[in-house]
Amino acid sequence: MSGRAGHALSLQGLSKRYGSFVAVQDASLEVGSGRFLTLLGPSGSGKTTILMMIAGFVEPSEGRVLLDGRDITAVPPERREFGMVFQGYALFPHMTVAENVAFPLRVRRLGRAERDARVRATLDLVQLDQFADRRPSQLSGGQQQRVALARALVFDPALLLLDEPLSALDKKLRAELQDELKALHRRVGRTFINVTHDQEEALSLSDEIAILNAGRLVQVGAPSALYERPATRFVAGFLGRSNFVEGEAERDAGGIVLRRGGTRVLGVGEAPPGPALLSLRPEKITVLAEGEGEENVVEGRIAAWSYLGAGYAITVATADLGELKVHLPAWRIPLVPAEGMPVRLGWPRGAAVAVAEDPA
Amino acid sequence: MRPAGRHALGWWGLILPAFLLMTAFYVAPILQVLAISFTEPQPGLGNYERLLTSESVQRVIGTTLRIGVVTTAIALLLGYALAYRIALSGPRAQRWWLLAVLVPLWISVLVRAFAWVTLLRRQGLVNQGLMAAGAIEQPLALVWNEFGIVVGMVHYMVPYAVLPMLSAMREIDPRVLAAARGLGAGRAGAFLRVFLPLSLPGVIAAGVLVFIFSLGFYITPAILGGGKTLMAAEWIKLQILDLIRWGLGAMLATVLVVAILATLAVFSRLVNLRRLFGAGG
Repeated sequence: MSGRAGHALSLQGLSKRYGSFVAVQDASLEVGSGRFLTLLGPSGSGKTTILMMIAGFVEPSEGRVLLDGRDITAVPPERREFGMVFQGYALFPHMTVAENVAFPLRVRRLGRAERDARVRATLDLVQLDQFADRRPSQLSGGQQQRVALARALVFDPALLLLDEPLSALDKKLRAELQDELKALHRRVGRTFINVTHDQEEALSLSDEIAILNAGRLVQVGAPSALYERPATRFVAGFLGRSNFVEGEAERDAGGIVLRRGGTRVLGVGEAPPGPALLSLRPEKITVLAEGEGEENVVEGRIAAWSYLGAGYAITVATADLGELKVHLPAWRIPLVPAEGMPVRLGWPRGAAVAVAEDPA
Repeated sequence: MRPAGRHALGWWGLILPAFLLMTAFYVAPILQVLAISFTEPQPGLGNYERLLTSESVQRVIGTTLRIGVVTTAIALLLGYALAYRIALSGPRAQRWWLLAVLVPLWISVLVRAFAWVTLLRRQGLVNQGLMAAGAIEQPLALVWNEFGIVVGMVHYMVPYAVLPMLSAMREIDPRVLAAARGLGAGRAGAFLRVFLPLSLPGVIAAGVLVFIFSLGFYITPAILGGGKTLMAAEWIKLQILDLIRWGLGAMLATVLVVAILATLAVFSRLVNLRRLFGAGG
């Protein structure tokens, strides 16, 4: 695990068609050296196809894959020098843990002494040195996942590709291994490319997230940027939860003003005059106390509520904006909710973000 | 008795009638015939002494083993290639491949043996084709010798070699092969280091199955061997029906049965034969 820096990857206009079915449409993406990028999308969005094109298992119909500026589109997978953690890990069942980890070194015909040393160092790195002589079938899911990581890292790969690395694990273990994976990324300093459908995993692990829907890259950016300023309705709904308000937009100095019925909602972002859409996160809405004000204020009645321990989830029916979902920490709510109770909701202008409708 | 034990007893009770039927009409008569090897022409181990003293007995055993080993090796090689091709094809193509493998099993072994005679004899299609092409001057001796026997037996055995190997190959996770390539192994490396070792239990099972079958072949060697190359089954028939030496025939039959049981016992320790022959679990 010596000082070779991470490598930069660039996808240029990558498409994949199977007959008339378009799995990936014109995806372009830059991944900087040493970054952790996550391809996030629902199943069938093309994220795994993109990963397989990066790995070399799937040949793109169009476009190029570049590693540090060098075109590698035609290079077969075994010559790309990418480490890969497969979905379900795909450990070799007839080999011990140490033999699994030694496999990439063996096929590269590394000397025995160096091979043993590297296997030991890598098993140390993932804290599996105690299990070197076990078979994969004798390990827990989390341990198997770490063997897969060790096997993918042992040969000092240019890139580490992870295909749903945590999806086979239960929720608690997943959270633990998320932290481990993040720490590992920091320690080895390689470029990681991860594929997942789990938005929490994507938010917590990544330097950058690329969101896919129906074969298209919808938005790429830092997790917080994507969460705070989603570009489309799909991004706002897939990454976290969101209320959507439709109406007629006008520009003003602070952003846009959306008119719906008799209510005006101030929002930020860009939208051409005409029909527009605002995304409003439930946790950014507050229930206002008597006499309190906000940039946006709407009156309504509580249609449903539930207590979640840390807070309340409340659905408020409003005259013009329909039902709005509100998430509040218990200490921020000035009343005890009850169905039918009239409430005033408020939110700052920045909480309402103009988003585009997704192309059909 | 624990409830589970009583339960098991119930199941045994269900198969008891079949078990008794098999014992009375199958196992007992066979044992009776095999026992003749100890009683005819006079009581004792005289017949078994021939194993050590008679050159003709040793020659038959040698021929049988040699043909069995050669047949097994060739059938495994061809069968492996075929099973590999089938395992890697799509589900639709797999059905057609399997049909093509299984169809020969429905054709009588007699018909197949005579078909090979027609193809391989001196004026047969193969010799005539080779002579017309100018590859040979004189027809080759392709039949009525060990070569002909092996050709016929391999043809018969290939489906039996394919099925256990295919079942083992189907259990190999294709992602494991992709993993091998992604981690830097070429096609050959991925095959040799991952696919081949993982399919090995199937190869062993197929080998055992084919070898055991080969030891007892009768019709194919009788027709394609032309009476000149004797394998165990034909030799036994010769002793019992033509020379009326029941004791000697029964002796070799016993040796065959024991050899087969011993082979099974050895290999059942090596691999899970039950599972490979399709008993599930």
